[in-house]
Amino acid sequence: MTPNRLRKLKEWLIEKAILLSGVFSVIFVLLIFLFLLREGFSLFRGESVGDFLFGKSWYPISDPPRFGILPLIMGSLLVTLGAAAISVPIGIAAALYIAEIAPGRLKEGLKAGIELLAAIPSVVIGFIGMITLGPWIKNLFNIPTGLTALTGSVTLAFMAMPTIVSIAEDAITAVPRQYREAAIAMGATKWQTTWRIVARAARPGMVAAVMLGIGRVIGETMAVMMVTGNAAMIPSSILQPVRTLTATIAAEMGESVQGGAHYAALFAIGIVLFVITFLINGVADLYLHRSRR
Amino acid sequence: MSARLAQKIAFAVLLLATLLVVFPVIIILGIIVAKGASAISWEFLFSMPRDGMTAGGIFPAILGTLYLVLGAVLFAVPLGVLAAVYLVEYSSDNWFSRLVKLAIVNLAGVPSVVYGLFGLGIFVTFFRFGASILSGSLTLGIMILPVIITSAREALESVPRHFRTVSLSLGASHWQTIRHSVLPHALPGILTGMILGLGRAAGETAPILFTVAAFYLPRLPQSVFDQTMALPYHLYVISTQVPGIAENVRYGTALVLLTLVLLLNLAAILLRSRFRRKKKW
Repeated sequence: MTPNRLRKLKEWLIEKAILLSGVFSVIFVLLIFLFLLREGFSLFRGESVGDFLFGKSWYPISDPPRFGILPLIMGSLLVTLGAAAISVPIGIAAALYIAEIAPGRLKEGLKAGIELLAAIPSVVIGFIGMITLGPWIKNLFNIPTGLTALTGSVTLAFMAMPTIVSIAEDAITAVPRQYREAAIAMGATKWQTTWRIVARAARPGMVAAVMLGIGRVIGETMAVMMVTGNAAMIPSSILQPVRTLTATIAAEMGESVQGGAHYAALFAIGIVLFVITFLINGVADLYLHRSRR
Repeated sequence: MSARLAQKIAFAVLLLATLLVVFPVIIILGIIVAKGASAISWEFLFSMPRDGMTAGGIFPAILGTLYLVLGAVLFAVPLGVLAAVYLVEYSSDNWFSRLVKLAIVNLAGVPSVVYGLFGLGIFVTFFRFGASILSGSLTLGIMILPVIITSAREALESVPRHFRTVSLSLGASHWQTIRHSVLPHALPGILTGMILGLGRAAGETAPILFTVAAFYLPRLPQSVFDQTMALPYHLYVISTQVPGIAENVRYGTALVLLTLVLLLNLAAILLRSRFRRKKKW
Protein backbone atom coordinates (compact mmCIF):
# COMPACT_ATOMS: atom_id res chain seq x y z
CA MET A 1 0.00 0.00 0.00
CA THR A 2 1.32 3.44 -0.90
CA PRO A 3 1.62 6.04 1.88
CA ASN A 4 -1.13 8.05 0.23
CA ARG A 5 -3.57 5.18 0.28
CA LEU A 6 -2.61 4.43 3.87
CA ARG A 7 -3.38 8.02 4.79
CA LYS A 8 -6.72 7.82 3.02
CA LEU A 9 -7.56 4.63 4.91
CA LYS A 10 -6.63 6.30 8.19
CA GLU A 11 -8.82 9.29 7.43
CA TRP A 12 -11.68 7.06 6.43
CA LEU A 13 -11.41 5.25 9.76
CA ILE A 14 -11.23 8.49 11.72
CA GLU A 15 -14.22 9.94 9.95
CA LYS A 16 -16.24 6.81 10.67
CA ALA A 17 -15.22 7.08 14.35
CA ILE A 18 -16.40 10.69 14.37
CA LEU A 19 -19.77 9.75 12.88
CA LEU A 20 -20.09 6.89 15.36
CA SER A 21 -19.39 9.23 18.29
CA GLY A 22 -22.22 11.46 17.10
CA VAL A 23 -24.55 8.48 16.96
CA PHE A 24 -23.54 7.41 20.48
CA SER A 25 -25.45 10.25 22.17
CA VAL A 26 -28.63 8.96 20.57
CA ILE A 27 -27.74 5.37 21.45
CA PHE A 28 -27.19 6.26 25.11
CA VAL A 29 -30.63 7.90 25.40
CA LEU A 30 -32.20 4.80 23.85
CA LEU A 31 -30.14 2.48 26.05
CA ILE A 32 -31.16 4.32 29.21
CA PHE A 33 -34.82 3.95 28.30
CA LEU A 34 -34.37 0.32 27.23
CA PHE A 35 -32.60 -0.76 30.38
CA LEU A 36 -35.14 1.01 32.59
CA LEU A 37 -37.86 -0.90 30.72
CA ARG A 38 -35.95 -4.18 30.86
CA GLU A 39 -35.62 -4.08 34.64
CA GLY A 40 -38.88 -2.28 35.43
CA PHE A 41 -41.35 -3.90 33.09
CA SER A 42 -41.84 -7.10 35.08
CA LEU A 43 -43.70 -5.07 37.72
CA PHE A 44 -46.60 -4.65 35.32
CA ARG A 45 -47.16 -8.40 35.04
CA GLY A 46 -48.68 -8.35 38.52
CA GLU A 47 -49.72 -4.72 38.72
CA SER A 48 -51.74 -2.47 36.42
CA VAL A 49 -50.23 0.81 35.28
CA GLY A 50 -53.16 2.64 36.85
CA ASP A 51 -52.64 1.01 40.26
CA PHE A 52 -48.97 1.89 40.07
CA LEU A 53 -49.40 5.55 39.11
CA PHE A 54 -52.49 6.33 41.18
CA GLY A 55 -52.28 3.83 44.03
CA LYS A 56 -52.37 5.62 47.36
CA SER A 57 -50.12 3.27 49.32
CA TRP A 58 -46.40 2.68 48.95
CA TYR A 59 -45.66 -0.31 51.24
CA PRO A 60 -42.96 -2.12 49.27
CA ILE A 61 -41.93 -4.56 52.00
CA SER A 62 -45.25 -5.43 53.62
CA ASP A 63 -47.04 -8.67 52.71
CA PRO A 64 -48.63 -8.36 50.21
CA PRO A 65 -46.56 -5.36 49.05
CA ARG A 66 -48.30 -2.26 47.72
CA PHE A 67 -46.67 -0.27 44.94
CA GLY A 68 -48.79 2.85 44.53
CA ILE A 69 -46.58 5.85 43.82
CA LEU A 70 -49.19 8.60 44.21
CA PRO A 71 -47.71 9.66 47.61
CA LEU A 72 -44.28 9.92 45.98
CA ILE A 73 -45.63 11.89 43.02
CA MET A 74 -47.41 14.24 45.44
CA GLY A 75 -44.20 14.58 47.43
CA SER A 76 -42.18 15.47 44.34
CA LEU A 77 -44.91 17.84 43.15
CA LEU A 78 -45.19 19.67 46.48
CA VAL A 79 -41.44 20.12 46.87
CA THR A 80 -41.08 21.19 43.23
CA LEU A 81 -43.93 23.72 43.32
CA GLY A 82 -42.53 25.22 46.52
CA ALA A 83 -39.06 25.45 45.04
CA ALA A 84 -40.42 27.03 41.85
CA ALA A 85 -42.43 29.61 43.82
CA ILE A 86 -39.21 30.72 45.52
CA SER A 87 -36.67 30.38 42.74
CA VAL A 88 -38.55 31.68 39.69
CA PRO A 89 -39.15 35.30 40.77
CA ILE A 90 -35.76 35.60 42.45
CA GLY A 91 -33.95 33.90 39.55
CA ILE A 92 -35.58 36.02 36.84
CA ALA A 93 -34.96 39.22 38.82
CA ALA A 94 -31.30 38.29 39.30
CA ALA A 95 -30.97 37.49 35.60
CA LEU A 96 -32.36 40.92 34.68
CA TYR A 97 -29.98 42.60 37.11
CA ILE A 98 -26.93 40.74 35.87
CA ALA A 99 -27.75 41.10 32.17
CA GLU A 100 -28.99 44.69 32.08
CA ILE A 101 -27.89 46.63 35.12
CA ALA A 102 -24.71 45.30 36.72
CA PRO A 103 -21.59 47.11 35.48
CA GLY A 104 -18.81 45.12 33.71
CA ARG A 105 -16.64 43.84 36.54
CA LEU A 106 -19.48 43.21 38.98
CA LYS A 107 -21.28 41.32 36.23
CA GLU A 108 -18.37 38.95 35.71
CA GLY A 109 -18.04 38.43 39.46
CA LEU A 110 -21.73 37.67 39.89
CA LYS A 111 -21.72 35.25 36.98
CA ALA A 112 -18.76 33.41 38.46
CA GLY A 113 -20.53 33.31 41.85
CA ILE A 114 -23.61 31.77 40.29
CA GLU A 115 -21.51 29.24 38.42
CA LEU A 116 -19.90 28.25 41.72
CA LEU A 117 -23.31 27.87 43.35
CA ALA A 118 -24.26 25.52 40.51
CA ALA A 119 -21.09 23.54 41.12
CA ILE A 120 -21.61 22.81 44.83
CA PRO A 121 -22.36 19.08 45.07
CA SER A 122 -25.94 18.32 46.03
CA VAL A 123 -24.82 16.18 48.96
CA VAL A 124 -23.04 19.23 50.43
CA ILE A 125 -26.12 21.40 49.98
CA GLY A 126 -28.21 18.65 51.57
CA PHE A 127 -25.78 18.42 54.48
CA ILE A 128 -25.92 22.17 55.13
CA GLY A 129 -29.72 22.24 54.71
CA MET A 130 -30.11 19.37 57.15
CA ILE A 131 -27.89 20.94 59.78
CA THR A 132 -28.82 24.63 59.53
CA LEU A 133 -32.16 25.05 57.75
CA GLY A 134 -33.88 22.04 59.35
CA PRO A 135 -33.53 23.13 63.00
CA TRP A 136 -34.36 26.70 62.01
CA ILE A 137 -37.66 25.69 60.37
CA LYS A 138 -38.44 23.39 63.30
CA ASN A 139 -38.14 26.26 65.78
CA LEU A 140 -39.81 28.82 63.55
CA PHE A 141 -43.03 26.83 63.11
CA ASN A 142 -42.73 24.90 66.37
CA ILE A 143 -43.16 21.49 64.70
CA PRO A 144 -41.81 18.06 65.77
CA THR A 145 -39.31 17.78 62.90
CA GLY A 146 -37.58 20.35 60.74
CA LEU A 147 -37.16 17.92 57.87
CA THR A 148 -40.25 18.83 55.83
CA ALA A 149 -41.44 19.55 52.31
CA LEU A 150 -40.79 23.24 52.97
CA THR A 151 -37.17 22.55 53.94
CA GLY A 152 -36.83 20.63 50.67
CA SER A 153 -38.41 23.46 48.69
CA VAL A 154 -36.06 26.09 50.10
CA THR A 155 -32.99 23.89 49.63
CA LEU A 156 -33.93 22.98 46.07
CA ALA A 157 -34.79 26.59 45.23
CA PHE A 158 -31.11 27.40 45.66
CA MET A 159 -30.20 24.55 43.36
CA ALA A 160 -32.66 25.67 40.67
CA MET A 161 -31.57 29.29 40.73
CA PRO A 162 -28.21 28.94 38.95
CA THR A 163 -29.93 27.15 36.05
CA ILE A 164 -32.71 29.73 35.85
CA VAL A 165 -30.35 32.71 36.17
CA SER A 166 -27.77 31.59 33.63
CA ILE A 167 -30.23 30.54 30.90
CA ALA A 168 -32.51 33.56 31.41
CA GLU A 169 -29.44 35.80 31.38
CA ASP A 170 -28.38 34.36 28.03
CA ALA A 171 -31.85 34.98 26.62
CA ILE A 172 -31.88 38.59 27.87
CA THR A 173 -28.41 39.29 26.50
CA ALA A 174 -29.48 37.90 23.12
CA VAL A 175 -32.20 40.57 22.71
CA PRO A 176 -31.00 42.84 19.86
CA ARG A 177 -29.45 46.17 20.88
CA GLN A 178 -31.76 48.14 18.59
CA TYR A 179 -34.75 47.26 20.81
CA ARG A 180 -33.13 49.01 23.74
CA GLU A 181 -31.90 51.96 21.69
CA ALA A 182 -35.34 52.50 20.16
CA ALA A 183 -37.01 52.46 23.59
CA ILE A 184 -34.46 54.85 25.09
CA ALA A 185 -34.82 57.16 22.07
CA MET A 186 -38.58 57.28 22.69
CA GLY A 187 -37.87 58.65 26.15
CA ALA A 188 -38.34 55.46 28.20
CA THR A 189 -36.25 55.12 31.35
CA LYS A 190 -33.75 52.28 31.63
CA TRP A 191 -36.14 50.37 33.89
CA GLN A 192 -39.11 50.84 31.53
CA THR A 193 -36.94 49.57 28.70
CA THR A 194 -35.75 46.58 30.73
CA TRP A 195 -39.16 45.58 31.99
CA ARG A 196 -41.48 46.37 29.10
CA ILE A 197 -39.24 45.78 26.10
CA VAL A 198 -36.26 43.55 26.90
CA ALA A 199 -37.97 41.22 29.38
CA ARG A 200 -40.89 40.78 27.01
CA ALA A 201 -38.67 40.02 24.03
CA ALA A 202 -36.72 37.46 26.09
CA ARG A 203 -39.84 35.70 27.30
CA PRO A 204 -39.45 32.40 25.39
CA GLY A 205 -35.92 32.04 26.74
CA MET A 206 -37.16 32.78 30.23
CA VAL A 207 -39.85 30.11 29.92
CA ALA A 208 -37.14 27.65 28.89
CA ALA A 209 -35.00 28.76 31.85
CA VAL A 210 -37.85 28.14 34.29
CA MET A 211 -38.62 24.73 32.78
CA LEU A 212 -34.99 23.61 32.94
CA GLY A 213 -34.79 24.85 36.53
CA ILE A 214 -37.87 22.80 37.39
CA GLY A 215 -36.39 19.82 35.55
CA ARG A 216 -33.34 20.06 37.76
CA VAL A 217 -35.52 20.17 40.91
CA ILE A 218 -37.59 17.13 39.95
CA GLY A 219 -34.46 15.10 39.24
CA GLU A 220 -32.53 16.22 42.30
CA THR A 221 -31.87 13.31 44.62
CA MET A 222 -29.35 13.56 47.43
CA ALA A 223 -30.20 16.97 48.86
CA VAL A 224 -33.90 16.25 48.80
CA MET A 225 -33.42 12.87 50.43
CA MET A 226 -31.44 14.44 53.27
CA VAL A 227 -33.82 17.31 54.09
CA THR A 228 -37.41 16.15 53.47
CA GLY A 229 -37.74 13.55 56.20
CA ASN A 230 -38.60 10.58 53.97
CA ALA A 231 -42.18 9.73 54.87
CA ALA A 232 -43.98 8.06 51.98
CA MET A 233 -47.44 9.44 52.76
CA ILE A 234 -49.70 11.82 50.86
CA PRO A 235 -48.84 15.16 52.49
CA SER A 236 -51.62 17.43 53.73
CA SER A 237 -49.36 20.40 54.48
CA ILE A 238 -46.01 21.75 53.36
CA LEU A 239 -44.81 21.45 56.95
CA GLN A 240 -44.92 17.63 56.86
CA PRO A 241 -42.16 15.23 55.93
CA VAL A 242 -42.52 13.87 52.39
CA ARG A 243 -40.75 11.37 50.16
CA THR A 244 -40.00 12.20 46.53
CA LEU A 245 -39.72 9.86 43.54
CA THR A 246 -35.95 10.27 43.35
CA ALA A 247 -35.33 9.81 47.07
CA THR A 248 -37.36 6.59 47.05
CA ILE A 249 -35.10 5.04 44.44
CA ALA A 250 -31.92 6.15 46.19
CA ALA A 251 -33.07 5.10 49.65
CA GLU A 252 -34.63 1.74 48.86
CA MET A 253 -32.50 0.24 46.09
CA GLY A 254 -30.00 -1.05 48.62
CA GLU A 255 -32.59 -3.12 50.48
CA SER A 256 -34.46 -4.48 47.44
CA VAL A 257 -33.74 -7.92 46.02
CA GLN A 258 -32.47 -7.96 42.45
CA GLY A 259 -35.17 -9.24 40.10
CA GLY A 260 -37.89 -8.92 42.74
CA ALA A 261 -41.05 -6.85 42.51
CA HIS A 262 -39.65 -4.06 44.71
CA TYR A 263 -36.54 -3.84 42.51
CA ALA A 264 -38.73 -3.66 39.39
CA ALA A 265 -40.95 -1.02 41.02
CA LEU A 266 -37.94 1.22 41.67
CA PHE A 267 -36.93 0.95 38.00
CA ALA A 268 -40.53 1.71 37.04
CA ILE A 269 -40.24 4.91 39.09
CA GLY A 270 -37.11 5.58 37.05
CA ILE A 271 -39.19 5.27 33.86
CA VAL A 272 -41.65 7.83 35.22
CA LEU A 273 -38.80 10.24 36.04
CA PHE A 274 -37.16 9.68 32.67
CA VAL A 275 -40.40 10.43 30.80
CA ILE A 276 -41.11 13.55 32.88
CA THR A 277 -37.64 15.04 32.39
CA PHE A 278 -37.59 14.02 28.72
CA LEU A 279 -40.80 16.00 28.12
CA ILE A 280 -39.63 19.00 30.14
CA ASN A 281 -36.29 19.17 28.34
CA GLY A 282 -37.83 18.64 24.92
CA VAL A 283 -40.32 21.47 25.38
CA ALA A 284 -37.70 23.76 26.94
CA ASP A 285 -35.48 23.13 23.92
CA LEU A 286 -38.32 24.18 21.58
CA TYR A 287 -38.68 27.44 23.52
CA LEU A 288 -34.92 28.03 23.40
CA HIS A 289 -34.92 27.65 19.62
CA ARG A 290 -37.85 30.05 19.37
CA SER A 291 -35.97 32.62 21.42
CA ARG A 292 -32.89 32.32 19.23
CA ARG A 293 -34.79 33.04 16.06
CA MET B 1 -44.92 57.79 41.24
CA SER B 2 -42.32 59.27 38.93
CA ALA B 3 -40.61 57.02 36.44
CA ARG B 4 -37.30 57.82 38.08
CA LEU B 5 -38.43 56.72 41.53
CA ALA B 6 -39.97 53.57 40.06
CA GLN B 7 -36.63 52.81 38.46
CA LYS B 8 -34.76 53.28 41.74
CA ILE B 9 -37.11 50.94 43.58
CA ALA B 10 -37.04 48.35 40.81
CA PHE B 11 -33.24 48.31 40.63
CA ALA B 12 -33.01 47.94 44.40
CA VAL B 13 -35.37 44.96 44.29
CA LEU B 14 -33.38 43.33 41.49
CA LEU B 15 -30.12 43.87 43.37
CA LEU B 16 -31.65 42.31 46.47
CA ALA B 17 -32.72 39.26 44.47
CA THR B 18 -29.24 38.89 43.02
CA LEU B 19 -27.69 39.02 46.48
CA LEU B 20 -30.16 36.34 47.59
CA VAL B 21 -28.81 34.07 44.85
CA VAL B 22 -25.14 34.73 45.53
CA PHE B 23 -25.15 34.92 49.34
CA PRO B 24 -25.81 31.21 49.93
CA VAL B 25 -22.50 30.44 48.23
CA ILE B 26 -20.71 32.63 50.73
CA ILE B 27 -22.74 31.33 53.69
CA ILE B 28 -22.22 27.67 52.76
CA LEU B 29 -18.50 28.23 52.21
CA GLY B 30 -18.23 30.20 55.44
CA ILE B 31 -19.98 27.61 57.60
CA ILE B 32 -18.05 24.69 56.15
CA VAL B 33 -14.66 26.37 56.40
CA ALA B 34 -15.31 27.67 59.92
CA LYS B 35 -16.45 24.33 61.30
CA GLY B 36 -14.44 21.96 59.15
CA ALA B 37 -10.98 23.50 59.09
CA SER B 38 -10.15 22.11 62.54
CA ALA B 39 -10.60 18.55 61.26
CA ILE B 40 -8.11 18.89 58.43
CA SER B 41 -4.76 17.35 59.22
CA TRP B 42 -2.20 15.19 57.50
CA GLU B 43 -3.69 12.17 59.21
CA PHE B 44 -7.26 13.07 58.20
CA LEU B 45 -6.31 13.36 54.54
CA PHE B 46 -3.88 10.49 54.22
CA SER B 47 -4.87 7.69 56.57
CA MET B 48 -7.47 4.94 56.67
CA PRO B 49 -10.72 5.29 58.61
CA ARG B 50 -10.78 3.38 61.92
CA ASP B 51 -13.32 2.28 64.52
CA GLY B 52 -16.37 2.38 62.22
CA MET B 53 -15.33 5.70 60.66
CA THR B 54 -15.33 7.58 63.98
CA ALA B 55 -11.55 7.94 63.90
CA GLY B 56 -8.73 8.01 61.41
CA GLY B 57 -8.86 9.62 57.98
CA ILE B 58 -10.73 9.64 54.71
CA PHE B 59 -7.90 8.67 52.36
CA PRO B 60 -9.72 5.78 50.60
CA ALA B 61 -12.67 8.07 49.85
CA ILE B 62 -10.39 10.75 48.37
CA LEU B 63 -8.47 8.24 46.29
CA GLY B 64 -11.67 6.49 45.20
CA THR B 65 -13.15 9.74 43.96
CA LEU B 66 -9.95 10.50 42.04
CA TYR B 67 -10.06 7.06 40.37
CA LEU B 68 -13.73 7.49 39.48
CA VAL B 69 -13.41 10.93 37.92
CA LEU B 70 -10.28 9.98 35.99
CA GLY B 71 -12.06 6.93 34.61
CA ALA B 72 -15.10 9.02 33.70
CA VAL B 73 -13.02 11.61 31.86
CA LEU B 74 -10.94 8.98 30.09
CA PHE B 75 -14.16 7.57 28.69
CA ALA B 76 -16.11 10.77 28.04
CA VAL B 77 -13.49 13.14 26.61
CA PRO B 78 -12.55 11.25 23.42
CA LEU B 79 -16.17 10.33 22.76
CA GLY B 80 -17.45 13.82 23.54
CA VAL B 81 -14.84 15.69 21.51
CA LEU B 82 -15.38 13.47 18.47
CA ALA B 83 -19.15 13.94 18.80
CA ALA B 84 -18.61 17.71 18.87
CA VAL B 85 -16.35 17.45 15.79
CA TYR B 86 -19.13 15.56 14.07
CA LEU B 87 -21.74 18.21 14.91
CA VAL B 88 -19.60 21.22 14.01
CA GLU B 89 -17.43 19.98 11.15
CA TYR B 90 -19.30 17.16 9.43
CA SER B 91 -23.06 17.32 9.90
CA SER B 92 -25.30 19.59 7.90
CA ASP B 93 -28.50 20.88 9.43
CA ASN B 94 -30.64 17.82 8.75
CA TRP B 95 -32.97 15.62 10.78
CA PHE B 96 -30.13 13.45 12.00
CA SER B 97 -27.99 16.22 13.45
CA ARG B 98 -31.12 17.65 15.07
CA LEU B 99 -31.80 14.23 16.58
CA VAL B 100 -28.23 14.09 17.95
CA LYS B 101 -28.63 17.57 19.46
CA LEU B 102 -31.96 16.61 21.02
CA ALA B 103 -30.35 13.49 22.47
CA ILE B 104 -27.58 15.59 24.05
CA VAL B 105 -30.13 17.98 25.57
CA ASN B 106 -31.98 15.02 27.05
CA LEU B 107 -28.84 13.34 28.35
CA ALA B 108 -28.14 16.60 30.19
CA GLY B 109 -31.61 16.50 31.73
CA VAL B 110 -31.77 12.88 32.87
CA PRO B 111 -31.87 12.86 36.71
CA SER B 112 -28.67 11.65 38.31
CA VAL B 113 -30.42 8.83 40.15
CA VAL B 114 -31.75 7.53 36.83
CA TYR B 115 -28.14 7.35 35.64
CA GLY B 116 -27.56 5.27 38.72
CA LEU B 117 -30.36 2.89 37.74
CA PHE B 118 -29.03 2.73 34.19
CA GLY B 119 -25.52 1.95 35.39
CA LEU B 120 -26.89 -0.75 37.67
CA GLY B 121 -28.93 -2.26 34.85
CA ILE B 122 -26.30 -2.20 32.11
CA PHE B 123 -22.81 -2.23 33.64
CA VAL B 124 -23.31 -3.96 36.98
CA THR B 125 -25.90 -6.54 35.91
CA PHE B 126 -25.92 -6.95 32.12
CA PHE B 127 -22.17 -6.71 31.46
CA ARG B 128 -21.44 -8.34 34.83
CA PHE B 129 -18.84 -5.76 35.87
CA GLY B 130 -20.39 -5.88 39.33
CA ALA B 131 -20.34 -2.91 41.67
CA SER B 132 -16.90 -1.68 40.63
CA ILE B 133 -14.81 1.33 39.72
CA LEU B 134 -15.35 0.40 36.07
CA SER B 135 -19.17 0.48 36.37
CA GLY B 136 -19.10 3.73 38.36
CA SER B 137 -16.67 5.46 35.98
CA LEU B 138 -18.66 4.51 32.89
CA THR B 139 -21.91 5.69 34.51
CA LEU B 140 -20.34 9.01 35.50
CA GLY B 141 -18.73 9.26 32.06
CA ILE B 142 -22.07 9.06 30.26
CA MET B 143 -23.50 11.57 32.70
CA ILE B 144 -20.80 14.20 31.96
CA LEU B 145 -20.84 13.58 28.20
CA PRO B 146 -23.23 16.51 27.52
CA VAL B 147 -20.93 18.89 29.46
CA ILE B 148 -17.93 17.82 27.38
CA ILE B 149 -19.79 17.93 24.05
CA THR B 150 -21.30 21.36 24.71
CA SER B 151 -17.97 22.95 25.67
CA ALA B 152 -16.13 21.35 22.76
CA ARG B 153 -18.84 22.48 20.35
CA GLU B 154 -18.59 26.06 21.55
CA ALA B 155 -14.80 25.92 21.24
CA LEU B 156 -14.91 24.53 17.70
CA GLU B 157 -17.56 27.01 16.60
CA SER B 158 -15.45 29.91 17.84
CA VAL B 159 -12.65 29.02 15.41
CA PRO B 160 -13.19 31.33 12.40
CA ARG B 161 -14.47 29.86 9.12
CA HIS B 162 -11.47 31.14 7.12
CA PHE B 163 -9.02 29.00 9.14
CA ARG B 164 -10.70 26.07 7.43
CA THR B 165 -11.00 27.55 3.96
CA VAL B 166 -7.34 28.57 3.90
CA SER B 167 -6.23 25.08 4.92
CA LEU B 168 -8.51 23.41 2.39
CA SER B 169 -7.34 25.75 -0.39
CA LEU B 170 -3.77 24.65 0.28
CA GLY B 171 -4.78 21.10 -0.58
CA ALA B 172 -5.19 19.68 2.91
CA SER B 173 -7.90 17.07 3.36
CA HIS B 174 -10.95 17.63 5.54
CA TRP B 175 -9.48 15.67 8.47
CA GLN B 176 -6.03 17.28 8.10
CA THR B 177 -7.73 20.66 8.26
CA ILE B 178 -9.58 19.75 11.43
CA ARG B 179 -6.52 18.14 13.00
CA HIS B 180 -4.04 20.94 12.27
CA SER B 181 -6.02 24.16 11.77
CA VAL B 182 -9.10 23.76 13.95
CA LEU B 183 -8.50 21.47 16.93
CA PRO B 184 -5.34 23.23 18.22
CA HIS B 185 -7.26 26.51 18.47
CA ALA B 186 -10.18 24.84 20.21
CA LEU B 187 -7.98 23.07 22.76
CA PRO B 188 -8.40 25.53 25.67
CA GLY B 189 -12.18 25.35 25.31
CA ILE B 190 -12.07 21.57 25.21
CA LEU B 191 -9.91 21.57 28.34
CA THR B 192 -12.42 23.84 30.08
CA GLY B 193 -15.17 21.33 29.37
CA MET B 194 -12.99 18.51 30.62
CA ILE B 195 -12.33 20.26 33.94
CA LEU B 196 -16.02 21.12 34.36
CA GLY B 197 -16.80 17.46 33.71
CA LEU B 198 -14.26 16.41 36.35
CA GLY B 199 -15.87 18.74 38.87
CA ARG B 200 -19.37 17.50 38.11
CA ALA B 201 -18.35 13.84 38.34
CA ALA B 202 -16.47 14.38 41.59
CA GLY B 203 -19.51 15.78 43.38
CA GLU B 204 -22.23 13.41 42.21
CA THR B 205 -23.53 10.81 44.63
CA ALA B 206 -26.67 9.28 43.13
CA PRO B 207 -24.99 7.71 40.05
CA ILE B 208 -22.43 5.89 42.20
CA LEU B 209 -24.83 4.72 44.93
CA PHE B 210 -25.62 1.40 43.24
CA THR B 211 -22.71 1.11 40.84
CA VAL B 212 -19.57 1.34 42.95
CA ALA B 213 -19.77 3.09 46.29
CA ALA B 214 -18.79 1.13 49.38
CA PHE B 215 -20.21 2.08 52.77
CA TYR B 216 -17.03 1.33 54.71
CA LEU B 217 -13.99 -0.23 53.11
CA PRO B 218 -10.79 0.54 54.97
CA ARG B 219 -8.45 -0.66 52.24
CA LEU B 220 -7.49 0.66 48.83
CA PRO B 221 -8.97 -0.77 45.63
CA GLN B 222 -6.66 -3.18 43.81
CA SER B 223 -8.22 -3.16 40.33
CA VAL B 224 -10.98 -1.54 38.29
CA PHE B 225 -13.26 -4.41 39.32
CA ASP B 226 -13.06 -3.46 43.00
CA GLN B 227 -15.55 -1.39 44.93
CA THR B 228 -14.31 1.80 46.46
CA MET B 229 -15.35 4.48 48.92
CA ALA B 230 -15.99 7.91 47.42
CA LEU B 231 -16.08 11.37 48.99
CA PRO B 232 -19.68 12.44 48.25
CA TYR B 233 -21.13 9.09 49.30
CA HIS B 234 -18.93 9.09 52.39
CA LEU B 235 -20.30 12.50 53.38
CA TYR B 236 -23.84 11.19 52.92
CA VAL B 237 -23.09 8.10 54.99
CA ILE B 238 -21.45 9.86 57.91
CA SER B 239 -24.04 12.63 58.06
CA THR B 240 -27.18 10.46 57.88
CA GLN B 241 -26.43 6.77 58.42
CA VAL B 242 -23.86 6.60 61.19
CA PRO B 243 -24.65 8.26 64.51
CA GLY B 244 -21.96 9.45 66.88
CA ILE B 245 -19.46 10.88 64.42
CA ALA B 246 -17.78 14.05 65.61
CA GLU B 247 -19.26 17.15 63.99
CA ASN B 248 -15.95 18.47 62.75
CA VAL B 249 -15.26 15.20 60.91
CA ARG B 250 -18.49 15.69 58.95
CA TYR B 251 -17.70 19.31 58.20
CA GLY B 252 -14.11 18.38 57.41
CA THR B 253 -15.25 15.81 54.84
CA ALA B 254 -17.62 18.38 53.31
CA LEU B 255 -14.72 20.85 53.21
CA VAL B 256 -12.44 18.45 51.34
CA LEU B 257 -15.17 17.63 48.80
CA LEU B 258 -16.16 21.27 48.35
CA THR B 259 -12.54 22.39 47.96
CA LEU B 260 -11.91 19.76 45.30
CA VAL B 261 -15.04 20.64 43.30
CA LEU B 262 -14.74 24.41 43.61
CA LEU B 263 -11.04 24.46 42.71
CA LEU B 264 -11.81 22.50 39.55
CA ASN B 265 -14.61 24.90 38.64
CA LEU B 266 -12.54 27.96 39.44
CA ALA B 267 -9.76 26.62 37.22
CA ALA B 268 -12.27 26.15 34.40
CA ILE B 269 -13.67 29.68 34.81
CA LEU B 270 -10.19 31.22 34.80
CA LEU B 271 -9.02 29.17 31.83
CA ARG B 272 -12.08 30.18 29.86
CA SER B 273 -11.83 33.89 30.56
CA ARG B 274 -8.09 33.86 29.74
CA PHE B 275 -8.79 32.04 26.52
CA ARG B 276 -11.48 34.57 25.57
CA ARG B 277 -9.21 37.51 26.29
CA LYS B 278 -6.20 36.08 24.48
CA LYS B 279 -8.04 35.23 21.29
CA LYS B 280 -6.20 36.79 18.39
CA TRP B 281 -9.00 36.83 15.85
